[in-house]
Amino acid sequence: MESQFPMKQIVDTNGKIVLPEYKERITAELAKEFFKQMIRIRTFDRKALSLQRQGRIGTYAPFEGQEGAQVGSAMALNDGDWMFPTYRDHGAAIVFGHSLMRVLLFWNGRNEGCVPPVGKRIFPPGIPIATQIPHAAGAAFAEKQKGTSAASIAYFGDGATSEGDFHEGINFASVLRAPVIFFNQNNHYAISVPMSKQMNSKTIAQKSLAYDIPGIRIDGNDVFSSYFETLAALEKARNGEGPTLIEAVTWRYGAHTTSDDPGRYRDQGENVRRREEADPILRVERWLKNEGLYDESWVEEVKEGAVAEVEAAVLEMEAFPQANPADIFDHVFAKPTWQIEKQKKNYLDFIGGERS
Amino acid sequence: MKTSVDVKTLTLVQAITDGLDTMMNEKQEVILLGEDIGKNGGVFRATDKLQEKYGEKRVIDTPLSEAGFVGAGIGMAVNGFLPVIEIQFLGFIYPAYEQIVTHASRLRMRTMGHFTVPMVIRAPYGAGVRAPEIHCDSTEAVFTHMPGIKVVCPSNPYDAKGLLIAAIEDPDPVLYLEPMRLYRSLKGEVPDGKYTVEIGKANKLLEGEDVTLIAWGAMIPETLRAAEVAKSKGIKCDVIDLRSLFPIDKDMIAESVQKTGRTVVVHEAHATGGLGNDIIAIINDTSFLYQKAPVERVTGFDVPVPYFGFEDHYLPTPERILYGIEKVMKF
Repeated sequence: MESQFPMKQIVDTNGKIVLPEYKERITAELAKEFFKQMIRIRTFDRKALSLQRQGRIGTYAPFEGQEGAQVGSAMALNDGDWMFPTYRDHGAAIVFGHSLMRVLLFWNGRNEGCVPPVGKRIFPPGIPIATQIPHAAGAAFAEKQKGTSAASIAYFGDGATSEGDFHEGINFASVLRAPVIFFNQNNHYAISVPMSKQMNSKTIAQKSLAYDIPGIRIDGNDVFSSYFETLAALEKARNGEGPTLIEAVTWRYGAHTTSDDPGRYRDQGENVRRREEADPILRVERWLKNEGLYDESWVEEVKEGAVAEVEAAVLEMEAFPQANPADIFDHVFAKPTWQIEKQKKNYLDFIGGERS
Repeated sequence: MKTSVDVKTLTLVQAITDGLDTMMNEKQEVILLGEDIGKNGGVFRATDKLQEKYGEKRVIDTPLSEAGFVGAGIGMAVNGFLPVIEIQFLGFIYPAYEQIVTHASRLRMRTMGHFTVPMVIRAPYGAGVRAPEIHCDSTEAVFTHMPGIKVVCPSNPYDAKGLLIAAIEDPDPVLYLEPMRLYRSLKGEVPDGKYTVEIGKANKLLEGEDVTLIAWGAMIPETLRAAEVAKSKGIKCDVIDLRSLFPIDKDMIAESVQKTGRTVVVHEAHATGGLGNDIIAIINDTSFLYQKAPVERVTGFDVPVPYFGFEDHYLPTPERILYGIEKVMKF
């Protein structure tokens, strides 16, 4: 199966283009935008991790190492497309236009963090594994029914492919030819469980065979592959050719979440090796250097810009108003039921010192 | 002759590990299934070092598929094993709900006792630990409502081990709910080796004649705190730790509420359809004429458990419980 689904690379770890047919399409502008977005979300990720360590936000799921997969796929989307991320895909969500401040609010236990900016079709992060996959199929099918050219993208990990929702969502999309991209980030571990214990399948991409849809396996740390393959799959989807399963092979350097200690279940030396060899940002840096486009002062500017943007978002998040208890009652139904109205009144009276 | 049993001081989660260890040691048929329970020892370390001790054949890291491994657990249970399944968080049990309520809970009846499901499902539940979204559900009532499965919930290390062993030895499926909030917040003495806490029996934590307080799991410390403040105000509370949510110890409830005539039920689950309503039904059925006040419920609200930024507003607090106590006293 690995030979049937070879891992596609457009730019290799040395920053060399290995598929010459992409040469023309890889412009300095595009590569620089990849670089900028990856720096941006890595800066965010590291800051969030440190905020968690300082107790300024809650449990956090870091994505460092997966920026190539997230930036490439998110940049391939059109404004009107739908995104269904998991809790580890806020990098993609930010690239697609989510507010950094809102993403931080989410990790600080606030429902306000699930509200996307106006006009952005970004679902709240899927928490129970794979549950967002059928949603993406349904939203995409709705676009098809409405006759638009919008598509949707569902993000999920390797472990998610064991859940029924993965199979049911893909099958639905396959049968109804829904314009959806099933974008898998195979980072090899579902918390502590390695892929070898998760499945006998050697690839995720091969799971497309069962549903007779295209399955593509790419080097997920190659942002160029991630971008161009997502773009190609989206084009097919928009043309009525149905869904595609993309397996982006990648690696998370850090823990599953800040509640987890990966040293218990995997060789952490692997992170160092991968960081040196296959880091997604390093790869673009190498390509820029090979092309003579790497400009230290521009890179500094990008990094400083990212820090400034993230710091501003942190300030904004921390200045956000305290949780309003009325909010837990007001958004359950369009019109609250009598139980909710009564409970709200009693509780607000209670904390206001008025006891009825 | 030595008659005393050695006792260890353990946290609630360590008592669970000890109970699993005790039963794995005693019965080869006991087998653990779940996500990340092997090398990682479970996300809460409830199965810490058990794979090392009993091997990968008996402590199995399953694929990430709750319906799959709960369903497989049923197949193993009818075929000679005693599966103890870990669901990572109660909020993630729903893909397995069909397997639990249409199969585990009714296979005995469907086959008139020919096939039975001696299986335990363990699941951490509840809010109050700043856990992420959907990790904080307290949906015991969607299981107690369904016939054919027992539901238990310890509030201290001693009960945790004893109830777990009773659950493993029970001939029918048992959902064993673990109060996440109490995993490491309290320690208690736990005897070495095997002992059981009978399923269906509640525990009287405090004797008092004025008000009966009924709670379980993570609401026990909150309820005891409220009882303490009430005592300082001259109100003496009878505090019942239900422990067993199905079947409920109706005798202990009746005995207590016939004495006090006033009751406050505390649970962090939503009010509507909550177990508090079954308790009110028991009081009506057994002790109606003894009541001096309507039963008060102090519960989570009829809203999905909110993100942790709001959870302090959702969860019953000692202050809210105390207010409930004062209300039934003043009636």
